[in-house]
Amino acid sequence: MNAQTLAPRTALGRLVLPSRLADPTTVVYLALAGVTLLGWIVVTARGGEFLSLDNTVGILQNSVVLGLVAVGQTVVVLTGSLDLSVAYLISIATLVAAETMDGADGNILPAIAAVLAFSVAVGLANGIVVTKFKVNAFIATLGVGFILRGWIEDNYSGPTGKVPESFQRLGYDRVGPIPVSAFLLLLVGVAVWFVLRRTRLGYHMYAVGGDEQTARLSGVRTHRVVIAAHVLCAVCAGLAGLFLASRLGAGSPWAGTEARYDLTSIAAVVLGGTLLAGGRGGVAGTIGGVLMLSVLDSVFNQLGVDPFFQNVVRGVVIIVAVALYARRAGNREVVA
Amino acid sequence: MKAATVTADERERGDVAVTGIGRLTPTRRFLASLRAGAPVYVLLAVLLVALGVEDPTFFEPDPFFAFLKRSAPLIVLAAGQYLVIVSGGYDLSVGALVTVGVVVTAETYHAFPGAHWTVVVALLVAGGAFVGLVNGLVTTVLRVPSFIATLGMTLILEGAVFYWTQGSPRGILPDDFRTIGRNTAFGPVPWAVVLCLVIGVVAVVLMRSDFGRTLIATGDNARAAGLAGVRVLRVRTLAFVLSGAAAAVAAILVGGFSGVSAQAGRGYEFEAITAVVLGGVALGGGSGSVVAAMAGALSLQTLFTLLNLRGVAKAMETTVQGVIVIAAVALGALDWAGTRRRLTAYVSPLVRHLPLPSRNPRGEQR
Repeated sequence: MNAQTLAPRTALGRLVLPSRLADPTTVVYLALAGVTLLGWIVVTARGGEFLSLDNTVGILQNSVVLGLVAVGQTVVVLTGSLDLSVAYLISIATLVAAETMDGADGNILPAIAAVLAFSVAVGLANGIVVTKFKVNAFIATLGVGFILRGWIEDNYSGPTGKVPESFQRLGYDRVGPIPVSAFLLLLVGVAVWFVLRRTRLGYHMYAVGGDEQTARLSGVRTHRVVIAAHVLCAVCAGLAGLFLASRLGAGSPWAGTEARYDLTSIAAVVLGGTLLAGGRGGVAGTIGGVLMLSVLDSVFNQLGVDPFFQNVVRGVVIIVAVALYARRAGNREVVA
Repeated sequence: MKAATVTADERERGDVAVTGIGRLTPTRRFLASLRAGAPVYVLLAVLLVALGVEDPTFFEPDPFFAFLKRSAPLIVLAAGQYLVIVSGGYDLSVGALVTVGVVVTAETYHAFPGAHWTVVVALLVAGGAFVGLVNGLVTTVLRVPSFIATLGMTLILEGAVFYWTQGSPRGILPDDFRTIGRNTAFGPVPWAVVLCLVIGVVAVVLMRSDFGRTLIATGDNARAAGLAGVRVLRVRTLAFVLSGAAAAVAAILVGGFSGVSAQAGRGYEFEAITAVVLGGVALGGGSGSVVAAMAGALSLQTLFTLLNLRGVAKAMETTVQGVIVIAAVALGALDWAGTRRRLTAYVSPLVRHLPLPSRNPRGEQR
């Protein structure tokens, strides 16, 4: 059962769209196609090549980190929470990975295990503070983020560690024309999709995000569900950190914060049609949202637009897109 | 209205609770409003005492007023942020707005060196209010969640200011403009402190007015408030406008004491929200007092100063800050939940505001 099909129909007399078109995910991918087409026209008119193999692969490559974080963020947002600590967690993940590997092939598995264990611990901390201490998720994850940030700034002042050649292949190798990292993103996306749509935990996440009180009265152990969502999100951020480490070849204390993965990932999730208030949306839309941001970046880079100005356009696109979704959602109450 | 002639006994039983604190004596009203934010005053007192123990000279006029002057921008931002949060939203754009305010002022003086400071200040506040108006309209009319609307606005403002200045703003702020943020008004008291007091008084009066009551009612339950006749869109938009104007005032203060920088407002949005939450104001809206929110800002600044004094490594400061913020909010959620619920019921502003059918304590049939 798809959560979108449960949406209440709008009032009589209003044109009822065919259910495929009413699905927000479809809208996201239509918008993605529109942006791509527009970009292709503009770039081609300027004499550039937009849909060349190189450029398309570049767009995929650039979507991986944000994609991994945003897929994780989707899970917490769906559950009615949010995670502002991911940016610092990504930084720490690159540092832990690079220091543990220390240039030796034999250390790769222990390093991955260490990063994942650390991520699970951070996710647990987030989830427990949110549920058991009843601290609003905004403040809780901001606080946990501050704790991580202090730890980073106290111990590191620049790039450290060394990632062995063999692990860097994750960041640079290709299967045919497609980068390996795109498969990593696909794998994580499918796994999270499976959890959300095909397991009891996933249904419970939608239920808790839709109305926590009702979910609890219906017998859902809401605390466990929220904690699980935070752990899943943190693990995705950890994977993003591992991938970044393989790209950079070392650990960087600014890996996660420079690109503002905390707020950007939330923006990508919402751009992908997931309700910020929770209970509605999904991973497929999020990937569409991430691709849309990457396509925009690519178009601007090809046109030589000032990078600062790109931020202005990003802001406008995010606001306009979400405003359009809200309009489509009809007269239902929208949370401020 | 029967409520005017209630006996002490009826008041005890809560029969007149629907009339709210409007009927209380000023002293009791003051105590009730203090109680609403009690944890933050305890926190502030503890931190100030700790600061006094750590540095006995701290409470001498000069260092103390210097401390208040440093705290002023965050206090002003917290007051503005409170209005948005209590009406059920977030304003993440205030940090970027402070940066933009400082940079635009410098560029304005670069282009018009002779501009009078009153004109510049008026333009700044009007600009801040305009950005707030856009935030408010996007949130209310276009129905974009305020988190996303103000996040988008942050990207737009920061992108625009860096695009314009390429990261290195030109121009300097003249002394007459910097007076408000830097100099003293009379004796050792800085202008910044006077300004904070004025804004505090205005905020309290505002929250006592119809606007303030409808604002809290909107944050508590927008639907119910709308059905009761509150112009929800207008009230919410106005909250954003005032928050934008407050950010412009904060920009004047920041520009005054620390000069021009493209990083001037970085991080202020999270600090302001943290301060408001420390003040016991619920995220999601509907409860909390503006004075407590401003006290939350002062607590946060006291905490920073204390960590500095204790020689905690600059970096570990953020860690301690994270722990303390979580702990304070968690304690607030645990110990005071019951108290706050009772108080909210007691002073529930929407109920107080409505023309209720007069109650009939003696049970007479009509």
